[in-house]
Amino acid sequence: MAGLIARAARRQRVMRWIVVLVLGVFFLLPLVAMVMFTIREPNGHYTFSTWRLLANWKQLGQTYPDLWAGMKSSAGLAVFTVLIMLVMLVPTAVWVRLRLPKMRRFLEFVCLLPLTIPAIVLVVGLAPVYAWVTYFLGGSALTLTFAYTILVLPYAYRAIDAGLSAIDVRTLAEAARSLGAGWATVMWRVVLPNIRSAVLSASFLTVALVLGEFTIASLLNRENLQVAIDLLGKSSATMSVAVSFAALVLAFALLFLLSFAGRRRGRRGATTPDQLGAVSPSLIASEAIGERS
Amino acid sequence: MTALVSTTNSVAVRLDGLRRSFGDVHALDGLDLDIAPGELVALLGPSGCGKTTALRILAGLEDPDTGRVLVGGKDVTDRPANHRDMGMVFQAYSLFPHLTALENVEFGLMLRRQRAAQRRRRAGEMLELVGIGAHAGRYPHQLSGGQQQRVALARALAIQPQVLLLDEPLSALDAKVRVQLRDEIRRIQREVGTTTLFVTHDQEEALAMADRVGVMRSGRLEQLGSPEDIYGRPATAFVADFVGLSNRLPGRVSDSGVEVLGTVLPLIDSSAAPVGAAVTAMVRPESVNLEVDPQGVARVLAASFLGPTSRVTVALPDDTLVLAQVASSRLHELSPGTATRVVLQPTPVVVSTA
Repeated sequence: MAGLIARAARRQRVMRWIVVLVLGVFFLLPLVAMVMFTIREPNGHYTFSTWRLLANWKQLGQTYPDLWAGMKSSAGLAVFTVLIMLVMLVPTAVWVRLRLPKMRRFLEFVCLLPLTIPAIVLVVGLAPVYAWVTYFLGGSALTLTFAYTILVLPYAYRAIDAGLSAIDVRTLAEAARSLGAGWATVMWRVVLPNIRSAVLSASFLTVALVLGEFTIASLLNRENLQVAIDLLGKSSATMSVAVSFAALVLAFALLFLLSFAGRRRGRRGATTPDQLGAVSPSLIASEAIGERS
Repeated sequence: MTALVSTTNSVAVRLDGLRRSFGDVHALDGLDLDIAPGELVALLGPSGCGKTTALRILAGLEDPDTGRVLVGGKDVTDRPANHRDMGMVFQAYSLFPHLTALENVEFGLMLRRQRAAQRRRRAGEMLELVGIGAHAGRYPHQLSGGQQQRVALARALAIQPQVLLLDEPLSALDAKVRVQLRDEIRRIQREVGTTTLFVTHDQEEALAMADRVGVMRSGRLEQLGSPEDIYGRPATAFVADFVGLSNRLPGRVSDSGVEVLGTVLPLIDSSAAPVGAAVTAMVRPESVNLEVDPQGVARVLAASFLGPTSRVTVALPDDTLVLAQVASSRLHELSPGTATRVVLQPTPVVVSTA
């Protein structure tokens, strides 16, 4: 009996390693290939000149002005999208929980809607709207913030809703109100500190999505990081792949940070990692990476 | 501690004709209630009787459809919750999870722009008052349920509210802590002298803590009186039934009271039914004596041991069940099947004609 159990355990261990190995090769091989592509010269020698240039931002801006502009646009877009998303979504989600609980399902439905509409279809709808946006606000890439705010809603809503589910918002708000707090104080001093990790998650996911977005920017003729990488691919393939790789690593780093924040919060007992994981990091990563493919 | 008491201004509270509906449900149906300065009134009633709605309207967390709320003679019906100056302890644990016990108590004082040192001192004093000064630095998740409710009480009292509102604060606690905390809340309330409205579905809690108890039914006060009155002289069959246990025994109204099982019992309200009417009398188990008698027509069915006293159920020949409270020392002579005689003590009873 003991021998049987030991054999089964060994078999399980071997299977586990095989799965890890196959998945490791599946995920790492393309990444290794990307890195190799950026450091290998046609004559077979290795050089890190592409990476050195990427690290030297000043020179990078002079050598590849379009890429630099795309990076700045995407960074600006990430910041503005996070801000608008938080300002719109957090008070709405809290208010719906406090005052309009029957509307919760509707809000969830509306927020999840962008997930079901392909980006290309979204663009068809957005194009005439953006004709007006361009008319009033000009053609800056930053105007994509509005479209991206809609695009990130499903992920951000899930994260914030999970955070709000972990606390008794209604009782906490009522306790604060009875102690003399106005709504702004309730929001700022009671609700926000208790859903901090959920807000962080929503922000990280938003940044990851915005940095990886290509379709909408390209079809609406705006320049962001991914559009710049795409263009760069036609003139300097190595730099294009190096920037793609860096963006990918940044997205992964953000998602790891997200998991880390979730775990730390879980230990304090307010929001569990499971709740934060309502949006799978791997799903976001694949969305962010897969946008351009 | 003396400073605490002297700084509290007790005010009178008046709920005047409060009505509140949720769809087709009338949670409050013209509720009138006066609370004297410094008094602790408990609203008692079954789920859905409107007691919590009344408290929430007083707190400003719900708006009445009609009616007025007066605190210290001032109409505060339209005043938002944060301007009503009321401390509230909730049924659910309501401490702010990101703040320590001390910071939780400081919260209301901070909103009143008290200086840091002053509010820290006051919060410390309040935590001492509720008996958990040693846990001031702990976060809510590091405190037990009873400790959390103590902090919540300290937080509510720290702001020296005009009115203290307790919304079933003990219902989530285990029995022993509940009794302990209930006595302490009463002690502290007496000490600070804050006018208090306490909502509960637990009759024992209401009777033990309150100066006056209001029994509610379908959004109205069925009876408002001292705990002794509510228990000993229930105004209606509902009150007699809801507060404490009552035997519903058939009887007939006579000139001198109501005749039940061959004994004439005085009526609490002699106008409740005309002479000769068949009624149901509400007889407390402690008013029922059981005498072991081989000729007796009642048979013991079951007994439940409750410590110093026990409850014995006997069946009459017509299958009417009678519950009697006896000293536990007598349990050995009242084993199931024993023939007994039921003797009623002539304590005043309430009757219903239904």
